[in-house]
Amino acid sequence: MATSSWRFAVDHHDATRARRRSLAKRWLGETPESWGFVLPAAVIIIGLSIIPMIWSLVLSMQSADLVTPARWIGLQNYRVLSKDPNFRAACIHTLIYAGLFVPLSIGGGLGLAVMLNRKIRFIGLYRTLVFVPFVISAAAQGVLFSFIFDAHFGIANAVLGWFGVPPQGFFADSNQALLLLVVIGLWSGLGFCVVVYLAGLQDIQQELLEAAAIDGARSWGTFRYVVWPTLKPITIFLSVWETLQALQVFDLVFVTTRGGPLESTTVIVFFVWNQAFQLFTAGYAAAGAYVLAFSLLIVSIGMRLIRRHQEVDAR
Amino acid sequence: MTTQLPGRRPTRRFLPFSAWHFVLLPVSLFFALPLVWLTLSSFMTNAQINRFPPTIIPDSLHLDGYRYVLQNALFPRWFMNSMIVALVVVVGNLLFGSLAGYAFARMRFRGSKVLLALMLGTLIIPFQITMIPSFLLMKDLGIIDTLGALIVPSLVTPFAVFLLRQFFLSLPREIEEAAWIDGCSRLRTLWVIVIPLARPALGTVAVLTFLTTWNDLAWPLIAINNDHNYTLQLGLTTFQGQHRTQWAAVMAGNMITVLPVLVAFLAAQRTFIQSLTSSAVKG
Repeated sequence: MATSSWRFAVDHHDATRARRRSLAKRWLGETPESWGFVLPAAVIIIGLSIIPMIWSLVLSMQSADLVTPARWIGLQNYRVLSKDPNFRAACIHTLIYAGLFVPLSIGGGLGLAVMLNRKIRFIGLYRTLVFVPFVISAAAQGVLFSFIFDAHFGIANAVLGWFGVPPQGFFADSNQALLLLVVIGLWSGLGFCVVVYLAGLQDIQQELLEAAAIDGARSWGTFRYVVWPTLKPITIFLSVWETLQALQVFDLVFVTTRGGPLESTTVIVFFVWNQAFQLFTAGYAAAGAYVLAFSLLIVSIGMRLIRRHQEVDAR
Repeated sequence: MTTQLPGRRPTRRFLPFSAWHFVLLPVSLFFALPLVWLTLSSFMTNAQINRFPPTIIPDSLHLDGYRYVLQNALFPRWFMNSMIVALVVVVGNLLFGSLAGYAFARMRFRGSKVLLALMLGTLIIPFQITMIPSFLLMKDLGIIDTLGALIVPSLVTPFAVFLLRQFFLSLPREIEEAAWIDGCSRLRTLWVIVIPLARPALGTVAVLTFLTTWNDLAWPLIAINNDHNYTLQLGLTTFQGQHRTQWAAVMAGNMITVLPVLVAFLAAQRTFIQSLTSSAVKG
């Protein structure tokens, strides 16, 4: 700052020229140069998302198999989809997964964050241990847990055996497989909720907590009237985020169960992938993907409305 | 007389450490346990693994699993494929992300606001919508079933552009203006002055990009057929399918898959967590 004003004072000629140039820029912009800067990113990002998005919509109204020329069939795919028992089952499995995963990860994340929000020894280590599973890929998790939950020699059955629990079928049992996926999802996903809640907790001003304590609030009262209201926007954010993630679950299912046993873990994305790349009914799959995308959109819009509503209330 | 905050009685300490350790230690061990088991089992022999009830501690460090995996013709290749893809994608994001982010932060041009909004808008498009046409597009470009199909679509992400733009906006303008008026070109200003200042933001983009690229499974699954071009994640899942009896090898392979990410995370833990939380808490 100091350098540049000194320069203006001494080098008058340069300054006026620069000013004239900036005036020209205001009118014309730096168009050619700027476009050179932006173009690679724009081409890749827009070319590989917006164009495919429209293409996918067209595809969803065609009978297409990725090989032979496609045929226009209008809304036929959507009509068939609405009556397809497999798609309905996939929707139900996805909803069960999300219905269990989202509340548990929010509740568990908040509980853990409150526990981890204190200044004691090794707290950094505890936090790291809780978060580390989050960075491990779903593929690696899937392989690891297929091993741990192997019905015959997996360590999970051995541990249950110590407590007198009879061996379980785990991924081979159609009643357990989906629940097991939720458990693994929580193992890896809780850390994210914890970290976000922790950041929120640490943003709460110490004076507020002290004031509450002086007013005679017990720990529950402090939580109810001071901590919770501040965490509300974070809770809404996390609910939306985790719901979107849960509705799109795929990798873990692919690695562990491939939708089985007896289709009990076929979630929507697995259904779409299977239709498109195993059964080659690409148009039908695209319609399924659009149904999913539409529900994701509704979740985001719904949550945005709640958020706005609450902000108005707060005023 | 000592004044004391009510509700904050100093409790008598029976223990030389906080009682919270009794809760936090088991809880955090619960999260660590599967990874401990992964590590232990990767150093066992298959005979040891297949024993029931399982042995918890390997009697000695066996490297059979690692030897098997590394002598496997394809496994080291998958590792290299993953490395190549992740590193090229990281460099691409840093390069194109900085260029676009800088233009959006500092340069005036017609339509810049619309373009930025459009690019950020693509963040909400779910992958499932674009995956089938992306597959067709890569096929038309003739790079399906090559590493190119894995690189091109992630070469620059709206996330990198946005994060870098925000960072550039936070830098003081004056330093650049001085250089610019001295006749420095925009590109040179960016390279010589802005980039060195943006190291923290570039680091965040690099770590997050590496992590997501390295961990991706769905897109390689769709775009790659030939097992010579598998990434580590994709290879690992098929490896598991074919070698169910060789669990020691599968676990060794899994360790090799997880390790780079763990190292990257532990090295950049602070920046990583900050960048994850800032949008959620402040946004």
